[in-house]
Amino acid sequence: MSKAELIGRPVPRKEGREKVTGAALYVDDIEPEGVIYGATVRSPAARGIVRDIVFGEGIPWDEFTVVRPQDIPGANYVALILNDQPYLADGVVNHPEEPVLLLAHPDKYLLEEARRAVRVEVEELPPVFTIEESLEKKEVIWGEDNVFKSFLVEKGDVDSVWSAADFVVEGEYTTGAQEHLYIETNGCIASASPAAGVTVWGSMQCPYYVHKALVKLFALPEDKVRVVQTETGGGFGGKEEFPSLVAGHAALLAWKSGRPVKMVYDRAEDMVASTKRHPSRTRVRAAASRDGKLLGLDIDFVVDGGAYATLSAVVLSRGTIHAAGPYNCPNVRVRSRAVATNAPPHGAFRGFGAPQSIFALERHLDRVAGQVGLTPEEFRRRNFIRRGETTATGQVIHEDVDLGGILDRAFELSDYHAKRVRFARENASGTVKRGVGFATFMHGAGFTGSGEKFLQSVVGCEATADGRLHVLAASTEIGQGTNTIFAQIAAEALGLDYERVEVVRPDTGNVPNSGPTVASRTCMIVGKLVETAALGIKQQLTSAGLLPEKYTPEEFERACREYVEQHGSLKSSSQYKQPDDINWDDEHYRGDAYGAYAWAAYVAEVSVDTTTYEARVEDFVAVQEVGRVIHPVLAAGQIEGGVAQGIGYALYERVAWERGRMANGQMTNYIIPTAADVPPIRVHFLENPYPGGPAGAKGIGELPMDGPAPAILNAVEHALGVAFDHAPLTPEAIMEALEREGAAA
Amino acid sequence: MPEERSKIKVNCTVNGEPVALAAYPLERLLDALRRELRLTGTKEGCGEGECGACSVMLDGRLVNSCLVPAAQVEGSVIRTIEGVAEGGRLHAVQQAFIETGGAQCGICTPGMVLAAVALLEQQPHPGEDDIRRALAGNLCRCTGYVKIFESVLKAVDGGR
Repeated sequence: MSKAELIGRPVPRKEGREKVTGAALYVDDIEPEGVIYGATVRSPAARGIVRDIVFGEGIPWDEFTVVRPQDIPGANYVALILNDQPYLADGVVNHPEEPVLLLAHPDKYLLEEARRAVRVEVEELPPVFTIEESLEKKEVIWGEDNVFKSFLVEKGDVDSVWSAADFVVEGEYTTGAQEHLYIETNGCIASASPAAGVTVWGSMQCPYYVHKALVKLFALPEDKVRVVQTETGGGFGGKEEFPSLVAGHAALLAWKSGRPVKMVYDRAEDMVASTKRHPSRTRVRAAASRDGKLLGLDIDFVVDGGAYATLSAVVLSRGTIHAAGPYNCPNVRVRSRAVATNAPPHGAFRGFGAPQSIFALERHLDRVAGQVGLTPEEFRRRNFIRRGETTATGQVIHEDVDLGGILDRAFELSDYHAKRVRFARENASGTVKRGVGFATFMHGAGFTGSGEKFLQSVVGCEATADGRLHVLAASTEIGQGTNTIFAQIAAEALGLDYERVEVVRPDTGNVPNSGPTVASRTCMIVGKLVETAALGIKQQLTSAGLLPEKYTPEEFERACREYVEQHGSLKSSSQYKQPDDINWDDEHYRGDAYGAYAWAAYVAEVSVDTTTYEARVEDFVAVQEVGRVIHPVLAAGQIEGGVAQGIGYALYERVAWERGRMANGQMTNYIIPTAADVPPIRVHFLENPYPGGPAGAKGIGELPMDGPAPAILNAVEHALGVAFDHAPLTPEAIMEALEREGAAA
Repeated sequence: MPEERSKIKVNCTVNGEPVALAAYPLERLLDALRRELRLTGTKEGCGEGECGACSVMLDGRLVNSCLVPAAQVEGSVIRTIEGVAEGGRLHAVQQAFIETGGAQCGICTPGMVLAAVALLEQQPHPGEDDIRRALAGNLCRCTGYVKIFESVLKAVDGGR
């Protein structure tokens, strides 16, 4: 197979056959000899002091393994950033469903009865449930002021623009929590003993995050902890940091019982106890000139982090940097804060803060355009960032970005202009109103700022004597196609058949730390390391005089065999080195926030039934520039899936909170889009190869989460002539607004 | 642990083989299939009949095995995902799912494949609306369903 054929070709998914035949083994499908089952007893209250833990009658408690905080061999915190979240609440609880006690038993039915028979008695303290209450310091529940983290991004002098500007437009936008709802719930199996150390197998995105957490929890040397990823049934960020908690709990029970322990959440537990997308509140103040130039943006962005810091600081960072969008605005200030509430910690979720702040900006720009007297399209076109201009952090865009061209393509595919006119005319009569709206945005790939430099990710390759190549990385296959694209990239680099490359299952005992599988970094950052590690194999063979510059697959195979015979093995590795032209000032939040951005324009067509108040997305067009597309089917699959999650975020997915606890923690009443709900999602890629990525690819995974919610709410405004500033937009909200309008008319 | 004697025997046919399925009297078919027969391709997604990950064919009809008491399948014919490929040869739906991107993380895939197979057995030439309706009881969080619809349509075109 020649080189040009592999990149951009829809080769079959590596683990496709196992998945379609039911042979793929997820954690709950594995049943080790002698396994017992684990369960978590949780806090019934949002905040308080644990006064007593009562073991109810009728349960043979002597048969149970019980783990309390004092049974923890090492440190009682989930090692992450600030290390403030305990594995088991020790005396105080800070959110509903906080883990208090662990139980294990060979009979999972009796275990469930036992879990329900434990009563945790809490003397309640006054809780904080909303961003406003937290900011007002109604109670101080975390640190000195409830603020986990704050950022300030400044460009130009935003305060100098208000007085002279032709238009100053203000708005406030809010978004609710969102549940990941991966179809496979969280779960781990652990085996642990002081002699052998700790091994866990589980559903996860980041084996080395779990590894780091277990090393601290058990106070063990790094080589005594091993973490193996099992087939993972969806992540979306929900299995970034949370599995460290599940794995630790299962391992504590295994350590104490001396038996392997399986802990798999049922859906209800997963929904009420695990992380969700951060709720947000954004205030935007924009100044514009009469000729439609954006003069200033002052953005106050706040996210609700829940009870512990976990990843909120980094979520806030990404949301902050994306808040001013892909526009060339000379004066920008973004102030942002992540605050504490007595809800379970909010965590990583595809987009990681960016969907929240982009929702606010893209709604607001429609409003500003209206005030200035321009169409949403024209106003944006006059302000799109171009090559040589700078983002809010002062990053000079060196690539040839063409947002106008991306928007043209999206409008063409969606027939936007004709629909704008036609719907406006047709909406004058009838009860079903139609609208079309869009959003333009960017998404940075990889860790923010110096993050990749600190991660120092490593990928290994090993060639076998029969000329096969193994790729060794901790980057997980969670459905997005890691196994497939890594094999394509490595095969392309070496001119091998796709079938001759195998991506090894992530196991910290066997693979180097290529960093977490998050932040749209797997293809662009880790994929590049796969490419260089593969080329390293070739270089060793050519240096050894075993391989000519140009070679056939047979020659490669022979060279590998000879090399392995002479040296025992043939391995290479590649470590990330930050390109010299990336400069980031972490103290002032200035500089090159990301190595590369994907750019996009999404167009949504909606209908709103003014009798039932139901809004539906009828058509969706997603056009983006993501560098080179490695695998067209997988890439389109990422966009389509992300858009569907975005449609859910915009219209259906409402987390109903009741005193800090998710009250609708069931698939019955937390609604995600079904096959009957999704519109045609038409995906189009424009390709502009990025030299820093493998074969020119950038990141892609999070991008599609950013655009749908603002595009859809912009379309609803077009349909109804009523502006909505909160996602999800439920039928109840539409009803209230239309009734208000009706009363006013 | 509940003792072995508290289980009942349920005689049924699973993937073409007659079996005496040992199950606790109130147990879900899902659990009995997974534990007793190690047919772990049938997944639990929600346990309340919403997501379809536990779909199996029961006497030719697609059901959520988390809602079926095992005791109720006496004399029935059950087909799970493990019984869809015959003699190692993939069903056209399975082949299309691999080629067209119908499977991402794979956890909904067994149920989704069975739902598609059930549809094609009832209606060999469905249109996209038929497909949407037939798959509406099987939730997928990865694909946005687009590639799943394409996969089913491809299986129709390239039928066996």
